[in-house]
Amino acid sequence: MSEANGGLHVGRAMRRKEDPPLIAGKGNFVDDITLPGMLWAAFVRSPEAHATISSIDTSAALARDGVEAVYTGADLDLEAPLPLAWVPPGVDVAAPPHWPLAKDVVKHVGDPVAVVIGTDRYAVVDAAEDVIVDYDPLPVVVDPEKALEGGDLVHPDLGSNKVHEWSLGGEVEAALESAEVVIERRFVNHRTAGAPIETRGVIADYRAGELTMWSATQVPHFLRLFLALQLGMTEDRVRAIAPDVGGGFGSKLQIYGEEILLAWVSRRLGRPVKWIETRSENMATAHHGRDQIAYVTMGADRDGTFKGLHVKIIADFGAYMMLLTPSIPSLGAFVMAGCYKWDAVRTDITGVMTNKMATDAIRGAGRPEATHYIEVMVDQMAQELGIDRLELRRRNFIPPEDFPAETAAGVVYDSGNYAGTLARLLEHFDPAAEARETPDGKLRGVGFSTWTEICGLAPSRATGPSGFGVQAGLMESALVRVHVTGAVTVYTGTSPHGQGLETSFAQIVADKLGVDPQAIDVMHGDTSQGPWGLDTYGSRSLAVGGEAIARASDKVVDKVRAIVAHKLEAAPEDIELNEGSFSVKGSPGSGMTLADVAGLAYIPEDNLPAGMEPGLEETSFYDPENFVFPFGAHAAVVEVDPETGKIDLVRYLAVDDCGPAINPALIEGQVHGGITHAVGQALFEQVAYDENGQLETGSFVSYALPSAAEMPSFETDRTETPSPVNSLGVKGVGEAGTIAASAAVTNAVIDALRPRGVDFINMPLTPMRVWETLQEKGGAPA
Amino acid sequence: MAEAVRVSVTVNGQTQTAEVEPRLLLVHFLRDTLGLTGTHVGCDTSNCGACTVHLDGVSVKSCTILAAQADGSSVRTIEGMADGADLHPLQEGFWAEHGLQCGYCTPGMIMAAADLLERNPDPSEHEIREGLAGNLCRCTGYHNIVKAVQHAAELQRAATAPEPGREAAPAPATQEVSA
Repeated sequence: MSEANGGLHVGRAMRRKEDPPLIAGKGNFVDDITLPGMLWAAFVRSPEAHATISSIDTSAALARDGVEAVYTGADLDLEAPLPLAWVPPGVDVAAPPHWPLAKDVVKHVGDPVAVVIGTDRYAVVDAAEDVIVDYDPLPVVVDPEKALEGGDLVHPDLGSNKVHEWSLGGEVEAALESAEVVIERRFVNHRTAGAPIETRGVIADYRAGELTMWSATQVPHFLRLFLALQLGMTEDRVRAIAPDVGGGFGSKLQIYGEEILLAWVSRRLGRPVKWIETRSENMATAHHGRDQIAYVTMGADRDGTFKGLHVKIIADFGAYMMLLTPSIPSLGAFVMAGCYKWDAVRTDITGVMTNKMATDAIRGAGRPEATHYIEVMVDQMAQELGIDRLELRRRNFIPPEDFPAETAAGVVYDSGNYAGTLARLLEHFDPAAEARETPDGKLRGVGFSTWTEICGLAPSRATGPSGFGVQAGLMESALVRVHVTGAVTVYTGTSPHGQGLETSFAQIVADKLGVDPQAIDVMHGDTSQGPWGLDTYGSRSLAVGGEAIARASDKVVDKVRAIVAHKLEAAPEDIELNEGSFSVKGSPGSGMTLADVAGLAYIPEDNLPAGMEPGLEETSFYDPENFVFPFGAHAAVVEVDPETGKIDLVRYLAVDDCGPAINPALIEGQVHGGITHAVGQALFEQVAYDENGQLETGSFVSYALPSAAEMPSFETDRTETPSPVNSLGVKGVGEAGTIAASAAVTNAVIDALRPRGVDFINMPLTPMRVWETLQEKGGAPA
Repeated sequence: MAEAVRVSVTVNGQTQTAEVEPRLLLVHFLRDTLGLTGTHVGCDTSNCGACTVHLDGVSVKSCTILAAQADGSSVRTIEGMADGADLHPLQEGFWAEHGLQCGYCTPGMIMAAADLLERNPDPSEHEIREGLAGNLCRCTGYHNIVKAVQHAAELQRAATAPEPGREAAPAPATQEVSA
């Protein structure tokens, strides 16, 4: 493990500041909060995938003890339907009406129809069962390719199931025609769930013209904004709080109807209201991810030179356009060139609606899909050309000297050394030493993925309305406040929920200000504290939020140096930080601590330079020049039982590069979890609907998250290639493992099955699918 | 509503008595009746183990046991693991080895691991993984949870059977404490 970033605290695997309450059972999650007079909410949800609501009878529910109210879609008087905020540029996306409670028609299983409000957690569930809803079923659209052929419509008023067509990259036909070898594959990148172990949960408390909401959300600042817009309030009267949040993985990057509805109910009844989602509700109605079909054409010359890549994606968006729905596949298009030089790369995306839950961002959001296509195709091409798959990659890598590098997809990568991470991987791993057959008859295979991705979602010129079309100019804020005692509080606009950013942010500030990281409080997730922020997703919190903190800290240091210089009658540029003391270069004994300086700053008398305002706190609003592009090289070793189709993942190695480490332990943790999320998709997890649009995976009984028993320990290492985009040199790492791993595992499985005549297979690689594929191909050694 | 039943449960050494609905789940008795919110609910179907507590010394999933079934029994929850300011070896292990991220599964994971170590004080990696297969974590990928349990096992073995000349604590871990 390299630890090149040698600050006093930065670069070290410091224990997390977050952990003491969490290991003691003293966390503060939404369901741990109880308010006086609090009511409970339970939802009545559609069992039909598509139907008109012919009648709703709430009388029996209302007659029950403890039931305060039952509301249906007809009762709602919101200012606007639920938001679609991010649309790819240059296209119109027709968003169907989407309300917190269905009005007259339901579009997917789980669509909320009514809400019951009462005084007891169990009683509202009983009452919800007494709400009688009559449905007249309508034709159900499930298959996205058939949905594009016409016929039944999810939203007849829109006239089509097609949402949009969007492309990135120029003309690719000439590059493909010039290639000596062209291969085509059809991928199904199936639907998955975020499945945080904490489900969603909301408390709304409207009183005296002000609304407070606690929500298990990744995006409290977005939530405040949309609560204000939906309820016709101003932002300053709305406070959104993300307390401890039990994982999000993208599924809590959303403005959910339940949040808006609870605020509306609380305002209407004048009492606080709580809703805690059941797991079955979560599987049906927290947004899903992935769900693409991709037709991929790749051309190369016989010497291995890549020529062109054309990826045609059909993206199943489900029944509604939620916060970012139509933008998700576009995130993949930005890195469809992968780590490679091409003559041309083009991505064509067609969005389609079906009678299923909406898809939106799930860990990686478009980039795991893109990497899967690229990296599986590279292995397929290596087989076609008879060139070693790693040698083929090396011949086409963008070389380190080309950075910053504009790719054939038209995106400028900030920095990279792809051959470097691959070389480091091979220091730990000898593919030739992995035997193909085991003594017990298992088929053994090795797979690789050399990946890059686009993250640090910010540059507003790129993400804003005039750029790639995120209808919010992403940037990030930080406020570093030195109190009169010298204690430090950092306010970040990001909203960490497990990433450990309280610790890594404190490490950054500690080194800047010369104080102990334990003495630094990092505040987040409460919109009443600190400036406007843009929250946590897209591996942005360190590269954007951390840089904002570094910049705010630098401003504080500038002021500290000016004050110290004034007191010591030296020049500010001669003041340096030495072991917690700001002193004149060459005379370390003369220094002042941060606490000394804070005392002067808040009790100015004649302690401050002429014209300087008192106080010691600084704000930064940081809008970076570019995204950041982490990268790495992963290897997987699998054993397949040809008798049962069962796959064991026996080794997994990952060398990743997210720039200089702030806290290496946190990076490893993110990589481990990210890999496991993608291994889950590759081997176990699938959100499945039947041909009637019925959800077949409505709980953890049928939706198979990997457990400890299915996973190996990981072998990880890093290289450190700084990003030129920010002063810390850092890139995001939260999604890295998830973006890399499904291709490595799939390539390993194909490698294992190839002697039995299988040269391509789609995820999920369940025993049934593997066994059936082996039967189709004869199952015998080729 | 069915007639309330009186239950008396010794929770973390204290006897707690309450009139509850017969259908009240043990996890809601702990959380809502007693205010012990360290025990979490993740799945409602006994798959995720976030609700794991000890009932008469054995780990159980408190979302699938009625409070009434625990009448007369002894329950230990995450709140009963530390001895004052002294962390339980598993709490220490999870902190030292970065065995948690969001922390939501952690109480259940610690309670399940405590039961495992009670039965097997020196488990192999394979035995730890199999022993925790009923507890799901979406954040960590389990790698550091396995290390945390190994760390705790070593601490416990050192505490219960000190060898001459051997420190009570394991060899320095990869993490450092800055304070």
